[in-house]
Amino acid sequence: MKNTLPETTPFFARDRDWHPPAYTPGYKTSVLRSPQRALISLEGTKSEITGPVFGHNTLGEFDNDLIINFAQPGESAIGERIMVYGRVLDERGRGVPGALVEFWQANAGGRYRHKKESYLAPLDPNFGGFGRTITDDDGNYAFRTIKPGPYPWPNGVNDWRPAHIHFSVFGHGFAQRLITQMYFEGDPMIWLCPIVKTIPDEAAIRSLVAALDMNASIPHDLRAYKFDIVLRGRRSTLFENRLEGN
Amino acid sequence: MVQPLNYLKESPSQTAGPYVHIGCTPNFAGLHGVYDKDLGAGPMVNDNTRGERITIRGFVYDGVGNALKDALVEVWQADADGFYNSPSETRGTADPNFFGWARCPGDMTTGEFVFETIKPGQVPFKDGRLMAPHISFWIVARGINIGLNTRMYFSDEEEANAVDPILSRIEHRMRVPTLIGQRDGDILTFNIHLQGEKETIFFDV
Ligand SMILES: [Fe+3]
Repeated sequence: MKNTLPETTPFFARDRDWHPPAYTPGYKTSVLRSPQRALISLEGTKSEITGPVFGHNTLGEFDNDLIINFAQPGESAIGERIMVYGRVLDERGRGVPGALVEFWQANAGGRYRHKKESYLAPLDPNFGGFGRTITDDDGNYAFRTIKPGPYPWPNGVNDWRPAHIHFSVFGHGFAQRLITQMYFEGDPMIWLCPIVKTIPDEAAIRSLVAALDMNASIPHDLRAYKFDIVLRGRRSTLFENRLEGN
Repeated sequence: MVQPLNYLKESPSQTAGPYVHIGCTPNFAGLHGVYDKDLGAGPMVNDNTRGERITIRGFVYDGVGNALKDALVEVWQADADGFYNSPSETRGTADPNFFGWARCPGDMTTGEFVFETIKPGQVPFKDGRLMAPHISFWIVARGINIGLNTRMYFSDEEEANAVDPILSRIEHRMRVPTLIGQRDGDILTFNIHLQGEKETIFFDV
């Protein structure tokens, strides 16, 4: 069944043991930016159950094509051409339609186009490193990009981020708001990264590793990685206010 | 053995990192020509929006009192009549001239965030009691592993605040002021303290 009727119930409680805790000294910046007191539970009121929903008129024609959306006409970004595709689901396994998904990343050499970035790898004049899309009626999304490179960062003396793409996702309720990162199958750097290791559960980490999908690849053009994103599910409406739509 | 419930697990959060602006506010980061304007940038109101105009200003401070220069703050609020502009709003239709959501990166030099909006109406709690006017905040930044949820209430709403179902059940009363934006004319000052003596109350929503 498609998840198209507006839903009005609260979300499942968030499993805080599955997410990284706020204080993770291996990731040094978290030390002074982590609340130390207990969160106060606020079971969903209208203010959390509702959330902004974005129309397709939000998007420009090339927002989901990082290979060309910052490039000079006729040129394209340097690097391994890939497509990232998947579904935005909720914890009940239902597709989330109309979810705005934003993504950003370093270029093929591991360099971000940002004034505070100082890594010696060169900028690619044809790569901006950001895009966005909105999921279809079944929760599907896809975009084209180049595979980002790993990069060093100031934490330990020799810490490197694995190749990754940052994701920001809007579902249907403000309490579903999520920022996370996607990693690539087979990358040994994943298991060395202090930011990855803020996540306590290895199964949770694996859920952020995109799988190479040769069936979805386009011969002589690009390879595909599949990355599903799961947002919080909503509680049942069955015995709350109506029988339909459960 | 029992039947499996077959629920999925929510994707674990990861920090927004130092370059969140590239993805969420590229024009602010100096990356022009792809998005006409940054999502959620600028005034939340137009000439036809109903309600009392206010400006919210504040900083996000770390545990030693430094203002973050790389935070991203989002707000979500009801319209002047207390309706949310959301498909999940079933009590009525929100003001079509008020979207109710915005995002603002902290200024790269000072860290200040600013929202030009309206004062929201009251929204009922699940038992029907009215909640005091409030705006939901969501804060992400480098070093924040999972986005932080809080609320700003209004200092000029003492009576409504006193009976607000959320505020009134907070055990440590001395922490309640961390949720109150201080009103002076049309300006609300709302500072967020991630840690320390003045740590803001954050919610598990
Ligand atoms: Fe990154």
